[in-house]
Amino acid sequence: MQELITRAKELLANGTVARVLGWKIGDMPYNPEPAFFETVESLDKFVYNGFCGANLSKYMIEASKLEGKTLVCLKPCDSYSFNQLLTEHRVDRDKAYIIGVGCKGKLDIERIKKTGIKGVIAIGGAEMTDACDTLAIDTIYGEKSCSYNDGMLERCHVCKGKEHKIYDELIGESRDTCDKERFAEVERIEAMSPAEKFEFFKAELSKCIRCNACRNVCPACSCRKCVFDSTKFDSAQKANVDSFEEKMFHIIRAFHVAGRCTDCGECSRVCPQGIPLHLFNRKFIKDINEIYGEYVAGAEAGSRAPLVSFTTEDAEPSIVNERGSK
Amino acid sequence: MYKIAKENLASLFALINETKELYLPVEVAGQTNFAAYTAEANVDLDTLKTVKSPKDVFFPQSENLYTCNKEDNKLKITPEKLVDAPFVVFGMKACDIKGIEVLDRVFLSDPVDSFYAARRANGIIVGLACHEPEESCFCKVFGVDCTEPAADVATWMIEGELYWKALTEKGEALTESVKALLTETCESKVEAEKSAVKAIVEKLPYSNLSLEGWNGNVLTEKFNDALWNELYKPCLACGTCTFVCPTCQCYDIKDYNTGNGVQRYRCWDSCMYSDFTMMAHGNNRNSQMQRFRQRFMHKLVYFPANNDGMYSCVGCGRCVDKCPASLNIVKVIKAFSEKGDK
Repeated sequence: MQELITRAKELLANGTVARVLGWKIGDMPYNPEPAFFETVESLDKFVYNGFCGANLSKYMIEASKLEGKTLVCLKPCDSYSFNQLLTEHRVDRDKAYIIGVGCKGKLDIERIKKTGIKGVIAIGGAEMTDACDTLAIDTIYGEKSCSYNDGMLERCHVCKGKEHKIYDELIGESRDTCDKERFAEVERIEAMSPAEKFEFFKAELSKCIRCNACRNVCPACSCRKCVFDSTKFDSAQKANVDSFEEKMFHIIRAFHVAGRCTDCGECSRVCPQGIPLHLFNRKFIKDINEIYGEYVAGAEAGSRAPLVSFTTEDAEPSIVNERGSK
Repeated sequence: MYKIAKENLASLFALINETKELYLPVEVAGQTNFAAYTAEANVDLDTLKTVKSPKDVFFPQSENLYTCNKEDNKLKITPEKLVDAPFVVFGMKACDIKGIEVLDRVFLSDPVDSFYAARRANGIIVGLACHEPEESCFCKVFGVDCTEPAADVATWMIEGELYWKALTEKGEALTESVKALLTETCESKVEAEKSAVKAIVEKLPYSNLSLEGWNGNVLTEKFNDALWNELYKPCLACGTCTFVCPTCQCYDIKDYNTGNGVQRYRCWDSCMYSDFTMMAHGNNRNSQMQRFRQRFMHKLVYFPANNDGMYSCVGCGRCVDKCPASLNIVKVIKAFSEKGDK
């Protein structure tokens, strides 16, 4: 982290960048927040550790409108989102100075707490210089520990790899964290009967409180004004009525980001009700891979996604229909 | 004072539910929220904080107000029926009960909100004292005693037994109706539990948060502070903080077109949303900075200005736990203190 701060200070001081977009130390061991740093002194509050899960790519939409370059710290998975935003002309490459930061897997305090740990005062073992195998957690109720992997976000267990897909320079080491089959959960749901599937999604989606955090954090949801925020028609974006959001909102959103979702996992990270929203998107990714051939959104800026490029080899609609009836 | 063994709570809930609707913390797909009791419900009294506060038992997230239908070329208006049967909310924490006190200020002052008033008149609150407060709790700052829920009945869960004490007439009546399941006991264990938990509260990192400089008289000074321009930046403009909050009370009224009529409903609104308080001329807060500022100014300045100094935050810490960008009211208060703005 020190190397990162030193470099950021240097680039800010010599005028290469006008500001730094990173994470600011929180007031709890686990709550750093995304932040813009505009002075060398303010960077003393910069932090980069296991709790910096927030994907900063989307903040670059606003940063692209500002004077001068913004130094942005992107983790490997965040770089896919940045590329996707570039493809969609939502961010300006010339306005970004990208430092690809190493990643040893990002932690989720909710997962740590699910292991029964409460009253967290301090957490050791989450720094980038740590081996990231065990977290030593000091709580009001005594000293506890948790394996680093048990505290990791779901997305880190199915990591796409620690290679940055776009950057100006790289700082920091990474650690391979992929220890689960990416599509296993999707396959488990595919194997369910329609009634079981319905029950599964009904239980999960009935928890939705229409806070729209999943949409607002999503780098693929970059419309200037979301259709659900329109006051011109009855989209009822705030009303928490079972019949609507259970069946519609999340499904419409998944369709809208299909082929553009990089599976960054932010939707599930931010959901206050722990709804595994990424499963919808991952189902689409799996289907696209199977129907049109392997495609990774954001792996390459400017790539043509299967859903927006026609080839004569494309699957016939009947094939898609057949699969849909399963 | 009475007590009942934890394993007999299922019978207690069933008995209450024989005559009254019962709302209590229920786990669904890994998360605990207040919901209506059913025999199959996975009741969870161990989770300290439900994701959403129980405010929607009294002030539902969405509710119909009336329905208009066309009948024989005439417009028929059917108002929604007000709640008129007693119901019980079991397991509310002291902070959430204080939250209801805040909502009372809004909905029970003139003009009284009849929907809310009907629920308050019929609701019987059984509070549950906190056993293991968490680091994000700061109810002490707002004068809440988490070991003494100011409810109709206060309860404490101690070593597998629920201690039960009626505090109001409504509470006495409820106690009478379930007496067959309760045994009389002394208060010594409860007293010991209360002092043990109070000692923990003293150790919580936010318990000594200073509210100096926040009151109803600092409107202009705080409103114009340049700090807001920095603080709002990570905000995603989602409604998480407002929807998990026990005191956020803003709502929107909308019409739903049913095809041959209109359902007029209201639903919680969020000052974080772009159409918040939208009027015919447009919106009076058109930047996220303004919307972000509104939330904290309302809780710490406007509300106390209009309600004898009462803040509309109760320190439950849900926003601390749930904000996707790790922003919250504590960080805002601290940022102003650090700046020397006292």
